Amino acid sequence: MFNSIRARIIVILLAIGVSIGYLVTNQIKLGLDLQGGMHLVLEVDDPEETMTADARADAIDRAERILRTRIDEFGVEEPIIQKVGRERLIVELPGIGLNEENRAKNVIQQSAFLEFKLVLPVTALEAALARMDRQIVGALGIDSLRALGRDTEGPTTDIQNLIFGGEVPDSTGAQADSTGVENEAEEAEEEDQTVNLRPLTALLASGDVEGAYLVATEDVEIATQFLELPQVQRALPRNVSLHWEGELIGVGQRTYRRLMVTEENSFVTGDMLEDAIAQRDPQFNQAQVAFQFNRAGGRRFSNFTTQHIGDHIAIVLDDEIVSAPIVQDRIGASGVINMGNADISDAGDLALVLRAGALPAPLQIMEERTVGPSLGQDSIDRGRIAGIIGMVFVVVIMTLYYRVAGVLAVAALGVYLLLVLGGLAAFGFTLTLPGMAGLILSVGMAVDANVLIFERIREELILGRATRTAVDEGFAHALSAIVDANITTLITALILFQFGTGPVKGFAVTLAIGIVASFFSALYVTRSFFLIYLSGKKASDPISI
Amino acid sequence: MRLFDKAEFQFIDQRRRAYVASAGLIVVGIAAMIFNVVSIGSWQNYGVDFTGGSLIQVEFHEPTTAAQLRAALGGAQAPPITRFGEENDFTIRAPLEGDDIEAVAIRFDEQMATAFGSSAFTVVRTESVGPKIGAELERNAALAILFSFLLTMIYIAMRFELRFGLAAVIATLHDILITLGFLAFFKVEIALPTVAAILTIVGYSLNDTIVVFDRVRENLNAKGGRRQDPKELVNGSINETLPRTVLTSGTTLVVLLALLLVGGAVIRDFTFVLMLGVAVGTYSSIFVASPALLEIQKRFGDGTAGRERRKKRGAQTSTA
Repeated sequence: MFNSIRARIIVILLAIGVSIGYLVTNQIKLGLDLQGGMHLVLEVDDPEETMTADARADAIDRAERILRTRIDEFGVEEPIIQKVGRERLIVELPGIGLNEENRAKNVIQQSAFLEFKLVLPVTALEAALARMDRQIVGALGIDSLRALGRDTEGPTTDIQNLIFGGEVPDSTGAQADSTGVENEAEEAEEEDQTVNLRPLTALLASGDVEGAYLVATEDVEIATQFLELPQVQRALPRNVSLHWEGELIGVGQRTYRRLMVTEENSFVTGDMLEDAIAQRDPQFNQAQVAFQFNRAGGRRFSNFTTQHIGDHIAIVLDDEIVSAPIVQDRIGASGVINMGNADISDAGDLALVLRAGALPAPLQIMEERTVGPSLGQDSIDRGRIAGIIGMVFVVVIMTLYYRVAGVLAVAALGVYLLLVLGGLAAFGFTLTLPGMAGLILSVGMAVDANVLIFERIREELILGRATRTAVDEGFAHALSAIVDANITTLITALILFQFGTGPVKGFAVTLAIGIVASFFSALYVTRSFFLIYLSGKKASDPISI
Repeated sequence: MRLFDKAEFQFIDQRRRAYVASAGLIVVGIAAMIFNVVSIGSWQNYGVDFTGGSLIQVEFHEPTTAAQLRAALGGAQAPPITRFGEENDFTIRAPLEGDDIEAVAIRFDEQMATAFGSSAFTVVRTESVGPKIGAELERNAALAILFSFLLTMIYIAMRFELRFGLAAVIATLHDILITLGFLAFFKVEIALPTVAAILTIVGYSLNDTIVVFDRVRENLNAKGGRRQDPKELVNGSINETLPRTVLTSGTTLVVLLALLLVGGAVIRDFTFVLMLGVAVGTYSSIFVASPALLEIQKRFGDGTAGRERRKKRGAQTSTA
């Protein structure tokens, strides 16, 4: 039923119409390398593999949902958030340029785990400090401490003496003279010396507010290293934890960060938030985030604050203290986080991640590719020019070599191109830069099917067959070669799709669609055009091929 | 007009010369790979996609030289800088520093802003790849090539005969070896699209080989085909398909040439590999695949044992 000329014309027109329809309504999606944007590959940050594979997979599942909310609110059009395998997420943000990439990454990567904890007086830690120092010495060894320049003994400066009220633990002062540079000292003696080393305590200056120590900015890194040691964590008193404050504070010429002593258990967390919005503090015009607890959270919050009027409460975001205001009065179901001198857009981003919820685990960026829109546009323009030049060459070669038959093939090639583009639009596949190259390459290969057929027809004509018989035989005999050649290429395209990522997948898709379309175009469209061409001729009339 | 009308080139008789030429190219390629291992520590010039690391492409608005950029990024310690396409475009490649895969890119951005002012340049592309992804990529690429071999060989063995499948795979292997040799010799950077290009070569080379083999199959199944001297039969088949081979490869190469010349720097290496593959693939279907078919037949017979079975199926294929 599809073999009469009339039916063939209808089928071809239908195919063209559908392709154009899809092209008009769906538009071809451009890959990030063509339209510009950011491509991220994320995994749960778990280098030591402390989580089980199932736990990681579960964290990725939940992270996927949370990221979807966050990115939608961030205002990216047509983002792609996709799980690859069980433990990996791909995030593609079209149109995110290199100027916005840090904000976007922050919105994606920030765990946004919000906790409210009671600030404790430093005395809660003091008794444990000596034990923590010993653990540091034990864990790192005296040699590596010496290499770090941290084989410091007890507090020496005045400001540090303030913490201990000038009363230095016994052992520290007594052996101070004998320690230091004596590398040839005997083992036993060296062990004794280690008892007196106070690597952590030496970094802590007394704080300016309740529950805070001050650490000089340049010492923050080493202090963090000490505090992260598992032995040191274990040496902390029960239900006590230490958190850095985010902001730096200046004292005279030097800058410090506060290290604050808080309860380990938070009395309320961010999952009880109902809403968070960015606003400006009307008094000082500073950015802040106002939040609202849900019913349960509000009740807890107000109960807790009632009992702790006059105490400080630390607002801890991802282990770092945002602020530690004093409780003046019972606080109800809402509050604010002051962001100091931060941008209002930063406050907006924080409000956004707080609303969307905390990530179940921190995410690590495994791969990042960002292409600016100008480069993408440049690639499109160049690809288009290359495509046009290539097409012109093909048209010239085919018409010069095959005359009228060549013109028919070129017309079929036009249909082919429409079909491929329509196919890309219809299935919502993305056109990438290698995909564009694949498209241009597939034009060359689409010609192949026509060449196979025409050469065969020529051969049949040379053998003395009548025109119509030669055409039929030509199509029939070329078929097996076309089928086999196309299927093997299709196999390669499918494997590329299976194993490739990003742009390579795009290339595979374009190649595969191109193969199917070239199949149809050569065997059906060209054939139909031939039938139309032959329809006015007698069986023995010569043809132009 | 008809190219190579009734051509009667003695391709098969020239096979020994072709073997020498192919072997020569492969030896040079392998030597280049060994040389690379010694000089740059890796058999191919792997890009950041594989090794992990950062690539930053920067576009300066004012004339800027590579030397100026090098000075801004630390002089003697600066990472490799190459001009990329346009006059004031550069790419900077650097290995990873620490756990944060973006640290390097951020540092470069700061260093350039200090040296030139932040409005003097635009970073148009950054790629940062962690080491884990790179290692996976290499494994996936190898697997992809292996699987495509296996599947196409099975397909050809089913549609033709086993020896055809073997010969096609030998020819494809030959193409990949020569291409990899070229890549090593010219130290072409191996990126993600390069792998796609190599696999496309696999597809194209097979495509070309199959067209010749299809004619061999047809002539073999024609009346008296099995009694004909295999060498003549294969040689005849190559000549019969020669016009098509030349025209198709020619058109494809012309299209790729257009892409190479105006397609822009991002796609240049990719196109170069494809062109190389088309040329080598065309050569190999005539000078490697077809002789290989004959050599296999000489050593292992033409599989007469299965002829009866094939006759039944052959009847189907020839009418297909």
